[in-house]
Amino acid sequence: MDPLAQTLIELGAVVFCLGLLARLAGRIGMSPIPFYLLGGLAFGAGGIIKLEGMHEFAHLSGEIGVILLLLMLGLEYTAAELFTGLRRSWQAGVLDLVLNFLPGAVLAVLLGWGGVGAMVMGGVTYISSSGIAAKVITDLGRLGNRETPVVLSILVFEDLAMAVYLPILTATLAGVSFLGGLTTVAIALAVVSVVLMVALRHGHHVSKAVHSENSEVFLLNVLGAALLVAGAASAMQVSAAVGAFMLGIAISGATAHNATRILEPLRDLFAAIFFVAFGLNTDPASIPPVLGWALVLAAATAGTKMITGIWAAKQAGIARPGRFRAGAALVARGEFSIVIAGLAVASGAVPHDLAALATAYVLLMAVMGPLAARYVEPLAKSLIRPRAVAPQL
Amino acid sequence: MNVDETNLPGLGRRKDFMTASGRRIGVVELREGQTELIVSTWDDPDTCQASIPLTSDEAATLGNLLGGTHLAMKLAEEHKDVPGIVTRQFSIAADSPFQNQPMGKACIRTRCGVSIVAIMREGEVLPSPGPDVVLHPGDLLVAVGTQEGLDSAAHILRHG
Repeated sequence: MDPLAQTLIELGAVVFCLGLLARLAGRIGMSPIPFYLLGGLAFGAGGIIKLEGMHEFAHLSGEIGVILLLLMLGLEYTAAELFTGLRRSWQAGVLDLVLNFLPGAVLAVLLGWGGVGAMVMGGVTYISSSGIAAKVITDLGRLGNRETPVVLSILVFEDLAMAVYLPILTATLAGVSFLGGLTTVAIALAVVSVVLMVALRHGHHVSKAVHSENSEVFLLNVLGAALLVAGAASAMQVSAAVGAFMLGIAISGATAHNATRILEPLRDLFAAIFFVAFGLNTDPASIPPVLGWALVLAAATAGTKMITGIWAAKQAGIARPGRFRAGAALVARGEFSIVIAGLAVASGAVPHDLAALATAYVLLMAVMGPLAARYVEPLAKSLIRPRAVAPQL
Repeated sequence: MNVDETNLPGLGRRKDFMTASGRRIGVVELREGQTELIVSTWDDPDTCQASIPLTSDEAATLGNLLGGTHLAMKLAEEHKDVPGIVTRQFSIAADSPFQNQPMGKACIRTRCGVSIVAIMREGEVLPSPGPDVVLHPGDLLVAVGTQEGLDSAAHILRHG
């Protein structure tokens, strides 16, 4: 068959299947991320049907998907929100980082994946899915709850931590020397601080530069700027995703709002292809051997996120049921864990088992997170109540 | 009244306060412009029993109802020494014959001796509105007059 025809047919079939999967996810009220991963596993190496033609396109689209994911993440926050969030939640943020980075890192060392593997797996288990968490909070009608700002400011801290973590990770994966690594990190930190300062004082200039009343011009401006900044950041070894995130933060106000609206469908499309592309590269046969570890890791890191949330909510003066709700809202891992694992796998610096473990882990956590958020309250109540009546027996 | 304002990074703002009965009520203003009315549960003021999405029209109407009651109560208090004078509120329904018409067209004062002393609109008060004020659906009219006068004013506003 003509290669172009084959690519088009494969791509069409995959995107159409993703649509069906997303609809199924919506029907049962779940995040579509695990379904996209499963879709990728089914169509990739060692899957049910092997698709070859769309590989190249899927790879590039996946890259664009990551850039758009991070750009939209940056658009969600204003620089002022980031600063106040950081000031209010740094203690909980640091606890979150330590408690949730360690399980992944320790397991990677145990499995003999070395320092680079530990760095990657730590990131995979550390970062909550802000997408799933925000959706769960909205769906369960918890926007007005008192623990919600606590959860959101921890998510803000994590996202900022990503801006520092990703450049370090990119440098580590590229295998640069210790001194070279330090230089990259210094550049990254400097860029992050400069962008935050510029965004805080002169965000409206950046917004004005990309703004247009014409939605077509606006879309091309924003997308073009994002790819340019991401490319430039990538060339400086700062990680394309961080560049996009920083641009998102620098764009503010009404422009950010419009950009979110205009980019959302594009992000949904490319991010879905990104999850598929990640699944495509993973052989389903490599998952069963690591499934046990994935389960252990899932149980451990669900516990550590619960502890984080409970502690943070307690600091904020929230009563016991709210503390459990806060913990459970943080449990889900999703898009960014896959972004981190995707970067690592693409660099070739980590063993292939890592991709399998990360896939299995995210599959578990993306399903478990929303379930935990929904059922933790009745569960906590049934556990707390017997203790309260015990003295009378 | 002390209203707490809390930032919800990435989502919007929450504004709420505790009532004397121990429940927390308020609104969540989302980035995209929607408003949610929130009411906490009895046993756990941290959580919400209801969060009700409101369109901007609905939010304005609710604001008018609450503000109008407040205003009407104050006026009724002031008139309580004058026998026969009553304060009442009328809302302009979406099918009212006077919506988007100047208020003077209804000739309320001429026909039933009732004075419209204020209009509540989008949470704000228009005091002593003139006959050229255009009525919008959702407006709440605060009227003062006799019992019979108010009854016929209600009829006029509803049926023309």
